[in-house]
Amino acid sequence: MRSVPPARRGDRAFRLLAAGSAGTVLLLMAGLFVALGAGAWPAVRRFGVGFVVSNTWNPVTERFGALSSIYGTLVSTLLALLIAVPLSVIIALFLVELAHPTVARVVGGAIELLAAVPSIIFGMWGLFVFAPYMADHVQPALSKTLGFLPLFTGPPLGIGMLSAGVILALMILPFVTAVMRDVFRMVPAVVKEAAYGMGSTTWEVTRGVTVRYGAAGMIGAVFLGLGRAVGETMAVTFVIGNDHAVSASLFAAGNSIASTLANEFTEAAEPLYRSCLVYLGLVLLVLTVAIQAAAQLWLRRILRRMGRSG
Amino acid sequence: MTEAAPERPKLSVRGLDFYYGEHQALFDNTIDIAPAKVTAVIGPSGCGKSTHIRVFNRIFELYRDQRATGQVLLDGQDILAPAFDLIELRRRVGMIFQKPTPFPMSVFENLAYGIRLHYRPTRSELHGRVEAALKAAALWDEVKDQMQRPGTALSGGQQQRLCIARAIAVEPDVLLMDEPTSAIDPVATARIEDLVVSLKERYTIVIVTHNMQQAARISDFTAFFYQGRIIELGTTEQVFTAPRERRTEDYITGRFG
Repeated sequence: MRSVPPARRGDRAFRLLAAGSAGTVLLLMAGLFVALGAGAWPAVRRFGVGFVVSNTWNPVTERFGALSSIYGTLVSTLLALLIAVPLSVIIALFLVELAHPTVARVVGGAIELLAAVPSIIFGMWGLFVFAPYMADHVQPALSKTLGFLPLFTGPPLGIGMLSAGVILALMILPFVTAVMRDVFRMVPAVVKEAAYGMGSTTWEVTRGVTVRYGAAGMIGAVFLGLGRAVGETMAVTFVIGNDHAVSASLFAAGNSIASTLANEFTEAAEPLYRSCLVYLGLVLLVLTVAIQAAAQLWLRRILRRMGRSG
Repeated sequence: MTEAAPERPKLSVRGLDFYYGEHQALFDNTIDIAPAKVTAVIGPSGCGKSTHIRVFNRIFELYRDQRATGQVLLDGQDILAPAFDLIELRRRVGMIFQKPTPFPMSVFENLAYGIRLHYRPTRSELHGRVEAALKAAALWDEVKDQMQRPGTALSGGQQQRLCIARAIAVEPDVLLMDEPTSAIDPVATARIEDLVVSLKERYTIVIVTHNMQQAARISDFTAFFYQGRIIELGTTEQVFTAPRERRTEDYITGRFG
């Protein structure tokens, strides 16, 4: 064997270490899929792909279907995005375009603090403060005004899909807002000046230039919020009601993949029951990975269309 | 100090002072800008040339701490008066920046943007105006087949001509150019210089430049700024061949700056 000078040996060691560390990421990712796949295998063999479209969930008869969990995950996430995204855009535009610098700093700091609030706090607040308020005030009002829609029918319990969506919205709001703010900040001042110089109003510059300039980043922010909302567990488990039910009404209790997992692992004594929960976890993993992949493809496409290298 | 223009000046600046917060950047600027001519604004970095022309479309007002006092008359009306319509001012006084500033949209939409802000064109009017402006900016032949491409995909020189086309598409009176060729290669610069000369028939052009050859080549009048004051304004020939002020001579002969 050739003798290697110690300095080069150090280089080589570092190189190996770095490559190994980076490889861990790939291994971890693959390992997650393999472990979940193996754990879920009995359930997959028993129920097949029908698992994701079946709405039965009966541990006693050992009939399991994930539809309500998947449905609840998608609906609560969609609700959260519908509420949080427009709000985030407006807040971020306010911070960047309109607010006095001092105000922007204070509000911006508060948003970052909000992002640091643990989700259990949102869950407790949601259960003890927000849900009763929904039951007493918001839901009766919605029933009265929009009750002709199936979305807003049923008893105003407070706890349910709507509350979960709102709580999720509050939780992802700071993340989405912070990214949107950074996106809008990146619009070059001189391009904005050029737009103002054409005789645009603030609104016209914002709509025509700032928002377009930030389009790719804004979509990135939305997907970030989506990714967080899909997997969020604690707060949702507190307020969603935890019922394996698919209901048209947003007032009704439901569940999400994450809340089902959090609630039922301790009770899952039967191997098939447990395997079904792992299967559910696998579905969640596939869902989040698919969202991420879609986000990245989308971002790349937008960046190319905007004529920048991405 | 100022030379009486033969016609009524397009812009008359009287006693203009400018402040960045507490810091005063312009001192008692008084100058007349002749219509349908190219006026070059020269001077060392930080002398206030850009600051001065940024008053003409009140773009400085975007920044809270910037403030101008004095009078700037556009066709006899004081644009610094609060009653002056800011949107209309910016239609009448277009601005080209140091770096090209295409908007994040197609070539066509870059042009249509300003037209739609100020007019309500029919489809065919819009297309006609876009084409006319691109032709006036000597860009039509290069982009007529790529109107849907992003404006940002053009070359730097093309982007700058796109910005000039965008500015003239709204039929301004005055074009302000803030070192428009400083980020552009020499060939593209020559094309823009030709363009500036061809545009002066219809527009009053004020161009800030640090390139004295450029000022000599394309301008009719030259104003020399130094430390926030207008030291000298004259025909370009006079300023470059027989400057009246010692500091002008020192600057154009390269003794400082």
